[in-house]
Amino acid sequence: MKFTWFNLMPWPYLPDDFRERHRSVWVDIPNTLYDPRKGHHVYHTYLDQLEYAESLGFDGIGCNEHHQNGYGLMPSPNLIAATLTRRTSRAAICVIGNSIAGYNPPIRVAEEFAMLDVMSGGRLVAGFPVGTSMDTNFCYGQIPALTRDKYREAHDMIMKAWASEEPFAFDGKYNQLRWVNCWPKPIQKPHPPIYIPGGGSIETWDFCLDYDYNYSYLSFFGYLRGKSLLDGYWERVAKRGKDESPYRAAFAQIICVADTDAQAEELYAEHCLYFFNRCLHVFPPFADPPGYRTMATVKYGALSQLTRARQKILENLTWKQLVDERFVIAGSPETVRQQLEECIKGLHIGHLFCLFHNGNMPDWKTRHSSKLFADKVMPRLRDLWPDYKHDERWWIHPMDDRLRPEERRPGAEKTQAEWPR
Amino acid sequence: MKWQTVETKKGTRCRVLEGGSGAPVVFLHGAGGLLADNPFLDGLAQRHHVFAPEWPGYGESTGDELLEDMLDFALHGWDLVDALGLRQPHLMGHSMGGMIAAEMACVAPRDLSRLVLVGAAGLWLDEHPIPDIFAMLPHEIAEALFVDPARGAALLTGGADLADIEALKDFYVITQRRLAMAGKILFPIPNRRLSKRLYRLRAETLVVWGAADRLIPPQYAAAWKALIPGARVVTLNGAGHMLPWERPEAFVDAVTAFLA
Repeated sequence: MKFTWFNLMPWPYLPDDFRERHRSVWVDIPNTLYDPRKGHHVYHTYLDQLEYAESLGFDGIGCNEHHQNGYGLMPSPNLIAATLTRRTSRAAICVIGNSIAGYNPPIRVAEEFAMLDVMSGGRLVAGFPVGTSMDTNFCYGQIPALTRDKYREAHDMIMKAWASEEPFAFDGKYNQLRWVNCWPKPIQKPHPPIYIPGGGSIETWDFCLDYDYNYSYLSFFGYLRGKSLLDGYWERVAKRGKDESPYRAAFAQIICVADTDAQAEELYAEHCLYFFNRCLHVFPPFADPPGYRTMATVKYGALSQLTRARQKILENLTWKQLVDERFVIAGSPETVRQQLEECIKGLHIGHLFCLFHNGNMPDWKTRHSSKLFADKVMPRLRDLWPDYKHDERWWIHPMDDRLRPEERRPGAEKTQAEWPR
Repeated sequence: MKWQTVETKKGTRCRVLEGGSGAPVVFLHGAGGLLADNPFLDGLAQRHHVFAPEWPGYGESTGDELLEDMLDFALHGWDLVDALGLRQPHLMGHSMGGMIAAEMACVAPRDLSRLVLVGAAGLWLDEHPIPDIFAMLPHEIAEALFVDPARGAALLTGGADLADIEALKDFYVITQRRLAMAGKILFPIPNRRLSKRLYRLRAETLVVWGAADRLIPPQYAAAWKALIPGARVVTLNGAGHMLPWERPEAFVDAVTAFLA
């Protein structure tokens, strides 16, 4: 198993009556709720946590892209990742990812990801989400019905830019560039591992399988609800005649570890409820503009967003519900281990994106939970997939002689007198 | 009025509601499409030969994937006119249909007789931002479109009870398909720089507006008038954005007087 410590970077100062006073945490959230001076401390606390996670032994540290969003402070995850390249040297840096339909021109993503891969010594995991409708359509203005087409074109441009050894002309429908010539280029060949965060559309499954990309289901609603979706994915994998390596798939899970189950509630309940009650309070139409999902998907899953029942789910959540329905895996190390084993085996996943910082959780609790996990849970879940022990197809391949920039200080003696030949 | 289906040279198949006799009038519907009942079309058909095509993505019309941008939309309008065998029809468009009709008239200014713009989309005034129809709950749509939202909601759904989950589902799927198509020229801002091309218009133009239009407020009628020299403006009291359905008789009177 590979474990990635992921921080969504929520804004921890949403007021108690946020739900009542505002219709959405995303897109039209009042930006007067953001305080840049507090933001300075928030960024550095979150960055410290990501760096701490490497020292705890997590395989990867992760960030993602959201815009105008109260639970995401990373409109540019690449900036976050860039700082991590300077202060870590072992863990994979998972940028899950850049919403490429919104970049003009998309060659920018090929360039920035290449920079990150080079700066990190080949530790980049590159995510290419279509992007949520909140981000890609409402904040970044892309036409919903054309978003997927534009996404595919951006993907084609980036992958060709990384692969090509000479300049080429790209005559796309949405992007025309006479001279595509990616400089710098990534260390990892043929390219960094590609992760595609997706929901339940069959088109995304096939896209991942066409190119052998990792399929990442980033849900906040736990493995009980995620199971039917991943079952569908694995059926598709079988139907396409692909091997069933669990490393083809990743899943995100909120995890809270304490010494006992009771203590987990005492320590973490209010912060998880902050996340579910305030951070996930999204005005439903922002999540579902016409054309964003294909008609096939619309007819299949029609309307779940709009029913009052769905809107009610998040209104009166209790800790008991969060835990019983496994939105949150919380408890003693043994409880967490048991439930995660069920999650990992049930979903057949090789990568777990672990969410330890939730809502307005203070730094010490985040570290406490992460450390207990690293010491007492992670080692016992490491070897759940013995048959695939050496399957590194969906993981980083860093260069051996990479630097350890976190150990260097300005003014210190250079460790190498010459440029490498 | 009766339905027929025409195929355009490009390959779309469009259902067209046709009736009446006299000079041809092509009516282009808005982002919401034609409704179950469209009495103003019957009224117009008393004096004119009325053609009301359903755009690809609406009703039974197909070929959504063939149309992607404003030029595609405008040329599709002319392809329909050709497929119907019409020469120099009057063009009339409501809301999104007005945007398309105006664009058609800029592209081929000699190929139409007169132009009627009804609560037309296509312009943007920073001082009067148009509410985002792509970010509305179902009940908010009726509130934006009609002076009387309760009556409006009934018109939009053809009387279906949206408390019924199946009816809501059908309505939702149909609406998603329509607005996905409309988004190609209306999202995120319904302005594809038509104002730069309006100088080409030759047709006499009537601008009809609902005095209580909450979606595209009446200031936009003034903006059209300013951009189209000689355009006449008629404002109907007691009507919102859906004026042809809200005040069909007054609407038909205003249009027929202009086309006569």
